[in-house]
Amino acid sequence: MPERTVTIASAHGLHARPASLFVQAVTASGLPVELTKGEKTLNAASILGVISLGIEHGDQITLRADGDNADATLDSLVELLTTDFDA
Amino acid sequence: MTDTTLHKSLNGVGIGRGLAVGPVVRMPDPLPEPSDAASTLAADAEKVRAAGALAAAAADIRLRGEKAGGSAKEVLDAQAIMAEDPTLKDDVNARIDTGRTAERAVFEAFAQFRDLLVSMGGYMGERATDLDDVSRRVVAHLRGVPAPGVPDPDHPFVLVARDLAPADTALLDLDKVLALITSDGGPTSHTAILAREKSIVAVVGAAGALSLEDGDTVIVDASSGIVTLDPTEAEVSAAEATLAARASAPEVAIGPGRLADGTAVPLLANLGAVDKLTEAVEKGAEGVGLFRTEFLFLDSDRAPSVEEQQAKYIALLSAFPGKKVVVRALDAGADKPLSFLNDEPEENPALGLRGLRALRAHESILRDQLTALANAEKVTEAEVWVMAPMVSTVEETRYFVSLAKELGLTTAGVMVEVPASALLADRILADADFASIGTNDLTQYTLAADRLLGSVASFQDPWHPAVLRLVGEVGRAGASLGKPVGICGEAAADPMLAVVLVGLGATSLSMSPAALGDVRAELARFTRKQAIEFAELALSANSAVEARAAVFAAATPITTPTESEKLK
Repeated sequence: MPERTVTIASAHGLHARPASLFVQAVTASGLPVELTKGEKTLNAASILGVISLGIEHGDQITLRADGDNADATLDSLVELLTTDFDA
Repeated sequence: MTDTTLHKSLNGVGIGRGLAVGPVVRMPDPLPEPSDAASTLAADAEKVRAAGALAAAAADIRLRGEKAGGSAKEVLDAQAIMAEDPTLKDDVNARIDTGRTAERAVFEAFAQFRDLLVSMGGYMGERATDLDDVSRRVVAHLRGVPAPGVPDPDHPFVLVARDLAPADTALLDLDKVLALITSDGGPTSHTAILAREKSIVAVVGAAGALSLEDGDTVIVDASSGIVTLDPTEAEVSAAEATLAARASAPEVAIGPGRLADGTAVPLLANLGAVDKLTEAVEKGAEGVGLFRTEFLFLDSDRAPSVEEQQAKYIALLSAFPGKKVVVRALDAGADKPLSFLNDEPEENPALGLRGLRALRAHESILRDQLTALANAEKVTEAEVWVMAPMVSTVEETRYFVSLAKELGLTTAGVMVEVPASALLADRILADADFASIGTNDLTQYTLAADRLLGSVASFQDPWHPAVLRLVGEVGRAGASLGKPVGICGEAAADPMLAVVLVGLGATSLSMSPAALGDVRAELARFTRKQAIEFAELALSANSAVEARAAVFAAATPITTPTESEKLK
């Protein structure tokens, strides 16, 4: 299964607006995407799951996706996460 | 229609001077918690109900977001995504499999995430309110009852509620709200503060307001605090005529605050962020009497640097060249905890390590803030006064004043919010350059009534003679030492009380910019001699209600029925 490891660029981490933009992008892709931070892995389409991980600026997370177009989807999600929305 | 033979009117505390006539819309009552009794339906049927309600609530929330636009849309879109959360839905289904009803399963699943967010604290904790709101909306869909929260009829209305929470008012369409009436809450409740800020006609703490029903017509008169129920046609047309006359009357001239005899009473603005500056200047603020600096620190897990703060202070100070700007050092604690200042949870935060006490325990934060202010003062033309929050001793006064001067600030004072400071004001003002009375906290501490607790809101009334006597102590000390005494609590925004405060020795008044016009007009009606007479009347009363009634009676030139009854 293709995966990417990415460092969060958003100054305030993955909460609030950046988190909802990310989750909306995952949902729009239509693919099952998993998000791992440390030892926890969850469904990246779950806003509550994503914000409950308390992902901060500079944290490393890993994304995994399965299915057609998985590589392209992961690339666009990585681009989103390496943009600083608060800048 | 309400039975009006017995209760023709309701009495409460009016906010401002406004008048409004219109139909009542009730804030829906909160839904009771869903029962945890076992479902009588098959699990699959409950799952279909839950999925339908989650989707319907998400669609509703999205629609409201589209209507609201702007930043409200972003908040509501995020709420819609919560209702569609796949993990939450799995959790709901798992609970239904154990025999729960869809209502109970939804309630429990949201509550679990809510508790998780609360335990994370800070920003996450604040999102808990959003989850509660979404949860209630989904449960309302399942029950087929109207969604709780702020009503949104397609006509102007008078909103009647027990009290309003910040989450409610954020979504309120202020263009349609003619007036607010609450049964609970006093003049410092969230509703009252909102009403003052946005200039909404409001009567708060009107006992019996919850007997009003949707569609009842009421006249709301904030200047008297009276709500007239089921008014006659003559009463309605009289109110409408007054409204039309006010609408066509020229705006009260903007100018410096002064009494009828010319005594200057500078009117200043309370500001909590730089973006309210324009409004303050437009409404004729003669400076800033309270600049709260908490917004620079909230949502942050560390204190901002000297440079970051300096830039914000320069933006503020540049708007008031040659004028006074009173900046309050960071006031953390009690109702506004900050993660990097409040280390230990306290059982009684209002009596804990807050205000100057918390700053002193983290002196580097205070030093950075004062340094940033001193730097900003050097490059702007405003006159910077700095004050410490919640000072309770002479020793604390000396500590703060000497630190401020050491770091290059010229004028340093203290906030009088604790009765001990008011009682020793002569000693405190010997060391401080000025005092500013925070009437909200002073009332809370004098009457031992938590500001944030609805059940004791009736005690939270700055008209109370005990509070006024303390204000008088500070006023007297200021006069004999030649030191300014300002007022920066909600009390200064109550036009009649503002006159009384001047009579007690206040030399300037600071308030939300929206209240400046009413207070300026009221001050101009009375002389200094009258203000002192009103102060004496209020001080000799036995209660806040008596004090208010006595001063209003003395201030009204026409003989009112109550007055003639007293003469009998």
